[in-house]
Amino acid sequence: MTAFEPKIVAFLCNWCAYAGADLAGVSRFQYPASIRTVRVMCSGRVDPLFVVQALQRGADGVLVAG
Amino acid sequence: MNAITGEAGNFHVSLTQSPRYVDMDKCIACGACAEKCPAKTADAFNERISKRKAIYVPYPQAVPLKYSIDPGRCIWLKKGKCGVCEKICPTQAIRFDDTAKEISRDVGAVIMTAGLQAFDPSGLDNYQHGKLPNVVTSLAFERLLSAGGPTGGHVTCPSDGRAPKRIAWLQCVGSRDLNRCGNQYCSSVCCMYAIKEAVIAKEHLGPEFEPTIFFMDMRTHGKEFEKYYTRAKAQGVRFIRSRVHTITETAADGTLSLRYVTEEGALVDEQFDLAVLSVGMEPAESAVETARKLGVALNPHRFVATDDLAPVSTSRPGIYVAGVLQGCKDIPQSVVEASAAACSAAVHLTPARGSRVAAPSFPAEREVSGDDPRVGVFVCNCGVNIGGIADVPALVAFARGLPHVVFAEDNLFSCSQDTQEKLVGVIREQKLNRIVVAACTPRTHEPLFQETLRNAGLNPYLFEMANIRNQCTWVHSENKDKATDKARDLIRMAVARASLLEPIPDLEVAIEKSALVVGGGVAGMTAALSLADQGFPTVIVEKAAVLGGAARDVRSTRQGQDVPLFLEKLVARVEQHPDLTVLCNAEVTAASGFVGNFETTVVSGEGARTIKHGATIIATGAQATETDEYLYGKHPRVTRWHDLEQHPERLNGAASVVFVQCVGSRDDKRPYCSRICCTSAVKQAIWIRSRFPQTAVYILYRDIRTFGEAELLYKQAREMGVIFIRYSLERKPVVSADGERLKVVVFDPVLQRSLAIPADYLNLMTAVEPPRQTRLAEHYKLPLTAEGFFMEAHAKLRPVDFATDGIFVCGLAHYPKPLEESIAQALAAAGRATTVLARDAVKVSPLVSQVDAEKCIGCGLCAEICPFGAIEMMPVEGKGLRARNIPASCKGCGLCAASCPQRAIDMLHFRDQQIIAAIAAVG
Repeated sequence: MTAFEPKIVAFLCNWCAYAGADLAGVSRFQYPASIRTVRVMCSGRVDPLFVVQALQRGADGVLVAG
Repeated sequence: MNAITGEAGNFHVSLTQSPRYVDMDKCIACGACAEKCPAKTADAFNERISKRKAIYVPYPQAVPLKYSIDPGRCIWLKKGKCGVCEKICPTQAIRFDDTAKEISRDVGAVIMTAGLQAFDPSGLDNYQHGKLPNVVTSLAFERLLSAGGPTGGHVTCPSDGRAPKRIAWLQCVGSRDLNRCGNQYCSSVCCMYAIKEAVIAKEHLGPEFEPTIFFMDMRTHGKEFEKYYTRAKAQGVRFIRSRVHTITETAADGTLSLRYVTEEGALVDEQFDLAVLSVGMEPAESAVETARKLGVALNPHRFVATDDLAPVSTSRPGIYVAGVLQGCKDIPQSVVEASAAACSAAVHLTPARGSRVAAPSFPAEREVSGDDPRVGVFVCNCGVNIGGIADVPALVAFARGLPHVVFAEDNLFSCSQDTQEKLVGVIREQKLNRIVVAACTPRTHEPLFQETLRNAGLNPYLFEMANIRNQCTWVHSENKDKATDKARDLIRMAVARASLLEPIPDLEVAIEKSALVVGGGVAGMTAALSLADQGFPTVIVEKAAVLGGAARDVRSTRQGQDVPLFLEKLVARVEQHPDLTVLCNAEVTAASGFVGNFETTVVSGEGARTIKHGATIIATGAQATETDEYLYGKHPRVTRWHDLEQHPERLNGAASVVFVQCVGSRDDKRPYCSRICCTSAVKQAIWIRSRFPQTAVYILYRDIRTFGEAELLYKQAREMGVIFIRYSLERKPVVSADGERLKVVVFDPVLQRSLAIPADYLNLMTAVEPPRQTRLAEHYKLPLTAEGFFMEAHAKLRPVDFATDGIFVCGLAHYPKPLEESIAQALAAAGRATTVLARDAVKVSPLVSQVDAEKCIGCGLCAEICPFGAIEMMPVEGKGLRARNIPASCKGCGLCAASCPQRAIDMLHFRDQQIIAAIAAVG
C-alpha cells in the first residue's frame, strides 16, 4: 500500500515564492511531485474563491506563498 | 582595467577580459559539466567550507547564470587531458581555446565600485583562527546559516558536526584596533550583522541555544536598527561589554574557552562550542590597485579619498566612487552612493544622452480577438534537463489532444536563435493565436518568447509558459514518472489559461520633464541642482523664509570642511540657476497625479499656484528636539547641540563642559539612535580642547557611535584628554544647580562609583526628529515610520525610492544622517528622478487592474488598500463616487480585485476566469 500523498495547489507570488521555487530547481532540491503551481503577480491576488475552487476540484490542500 | 587616458566627458579606457572558456550564448546552465568534472577545489563563495568543481557558477543566483572554467584547476587547461565537460555539454558551449580579450572603450565618466575584502584574522595568535576548527569568521558563519550553504542551513561545529549550544561573537576583529592590525576605523556594519546572525542562529537552534555577543560599543545606528537590538535582547541574545583576551581549546571535541574581564573587573573563563570572529572590512587589494591606475587619491586607510561635501567624487574629475571602496558602510548606503555616482556621471553624459539608443521594430500585430483559439504547444527538451527526466514525446502527444491545441512539437532548445526563427515560421504557417512553451521558467525566458511572438505579428500577451524544468524535472529527477505526470498537468493548466488570454496593448505614459523638490535644505538644494544641471527645470518649495535647513547650525563636517561657506555658495548657485525656481515661505497644500504627471498646489506669500512636474523629491529634513530633562530651559548654562560653538565667548574661563548624549534618543518615546550626535559631540570636544586647553570636557554617553572613520575623532578626543563616562538608561546622570554653575552626578561603571562633576556648561545632544508631516505624506500618499520619518520602498535595495513611482526621498526626512550622507542621498534621489525625466515617455506594465463602473458601488475599499495609490474615487454624476484605476501607478498586484466585494475589479492577464481555468485544469 502506498502512503497517502496529498495533492496541493500552490498559488505563488511571481516576485518571491515563485522565484524561490525556481531557485529550488537551480539548487536541485528534491521535494514531492504532488504540487501544482499557479503563478500570480502577488499573493494578494488570491481571491478566497480560488482557494475554494481548488478544493472543490479535488485538491487536498492549498498553499498560498508570497 | 589596464589604463585610462583623457579627461571628464572624454576618457579612453583599455580593459582585459579574462577568458571564461564557456560560450555565454550557448551555455544553458544545466550543470551537466560540473556534475562530471573530476577536478575539485575549495569553494571560495562558501568560505572554503565546501568544495566546488573546476567548471562552476560562483553561486546559484549568479548573473548571468552561466558556467565558467577555473584555469588554475582545470585538468585540460593545465595538462591537456580530460575534456569531459566538452564531451558532455549538450550545447557544445565549451571553448578550451578561449583567450583573453583586449577591449577599449570611449566613455564620459568612470564609476569605481570594486568593493571590500574581509579582514583576515589568521594573524591574530590570541584567537587561533585557522588552527582551532571551531573558530570561524562571521562570513563563514553566514554560509553556515544559509539554506543554500555547505550545511544546508544546519548550524554545525566544524570540529565534529554537532549542533552548537553556545556560540560567542567577538566584535571589532580587524576594526578599532591599532595594536594588532592597524585598522583604526570602525567597520560600521559588524554590530548589526552579529546581532542578525545571533537572532537567526537562535531561530535555527531553538530555545536551548545561548548566543553571546562580546562588544565594546554597540553601534546599531541605522534606520530601525536600535529596535532590532532591543528585540534581540528580549529574544535571549546575551550582550557582554568586554573584549575577549584569548581563545583556547579545552576539549578534544573542539570546545573553546574564552578568557575575558567583566566590567566589574572579574576575570572569567567561559566555555563555548563555537566562536565567530566579527571581521571588519578593508578596501579590496585589487580595487586599490585599480584606483592607483585610475590616478585617484587614497586616504591613509587606502579607501578612495572623497570630500564630505562631494561624497562620491574622487580626486580626478569625472571619476566617481560608491560602496565600501569609499569607506565602511552597509548595503543601503552603498546603494545610495551607487545612484549618487550614476547621477554625477550622468551630468557629464547629458550632451550624449540617448545618442546610442536603437528602437526595435516589429511587424504589425495580427488581430485575433474575434478568432477561436488556435493554441500551439512547444515542449522543450532543454538538452537532457527536461528530456532526460520527463517523457517529452509523450508530453507532445498529450498536448495534441488538449482542447484548442492545433499544433504541438518538441524542441531540443526552445530558446536557441534557430528555434526562435522556426517558431516565428510555425506561428505564421499554422495561424496560431495562442502560444504555450513548456520549458524552464517565465521569470527568465518569458521576455524572450514574447519578443518571438511580436516578431510573428502576435501580441506578446497571447503567451503562456509551463514551468516543467525549474519546478518539475530539476526537483523531481528521482522520479521520472511523477515528473512526467506533473509536467502533463502543468501543460494542461497552461493551455487552459492560454485559451482565455487576450491581447493587451502596450501602456506608455508621457513624461513632464521637470521636477518638484519639497524642502530647501542641503539635501533639497543638492538634488534640485543636479536635476537642473542636467537640463530639467525644478521648483524648490521651502517652508522657511530662507534656504539652508538644519545645516545652517553646522560649523564644519566630520573631515573639517567649512559648512557656512559651502552653504553660501550652494544657495548662490541655486538662486542664480536659470532652471531653478525657489518658493520660500511656501507649503504644499494639495497633490495629485502619478509618475511623469504630477500636479502639486503650492501656497506661498505670492498666493497659490499649481505646478506640473514629472518627478517629486521629498527633502523636508528634521531638527534637534527641545527637552525638559537636565534643567534645560530652567538653568541658563544648560545648552543644546551647537549653542556653545556658536557662542564661543561663553567658554572664556570655563573650567569644565559636560556633554550628555542620547537626550531623548534610544528611549521608549524615541526608540531610535539619532546617529549624528556622538560624532558631533566628539568634534566639539576636540574643538574646545584645542581652543580652550584649560577647559576640561566630559562626554556622558551610552555607547559611543563614531562609526566609520569618525572613530579616529573619538581616538583623537581621548588623546586630547576628553573624559568619556558611560551611563545607562536606568541610571541617568543627575543634574543640579550649583549657584551659577552646575553639578552633574553620574555613576562610572569602570570605577564602580558615583562621580560628582562641577560643570560650567552642560551641553545636551537632544534627539533628531522629523517635523510632523502627516499632511504632506497624505497629499502624496506616502508612508511614514512610527517615528515620523518617511519610509522608503525597500530598506536595503531601494533606499531613496518610494513604493509609488516617480517620488523619491533624501536627507534627514529619511533618517538622521551626517551631511556627507545627506548629500549622497540627494544626488541619489536626483539620479533616480533622472531615470524618469530622461525619457519622453515611460513604458509601464499593462498588466493592471480594470474597474467595471457598472458593478462598482463606490465603497472605496480598493482605494484604501492599494499600496501604490493607483485607485482613486471619482465622482460620477448621479451615482456618487466610483473607483477609477491609474494604470501608470498600478503594479498589477491584484489586491483590489481580491478584495472587491462586488467583484467589480479584474486584473488584465490575470483575470478571475483565466486563473480559475488553470485551477480547473489541475486534474
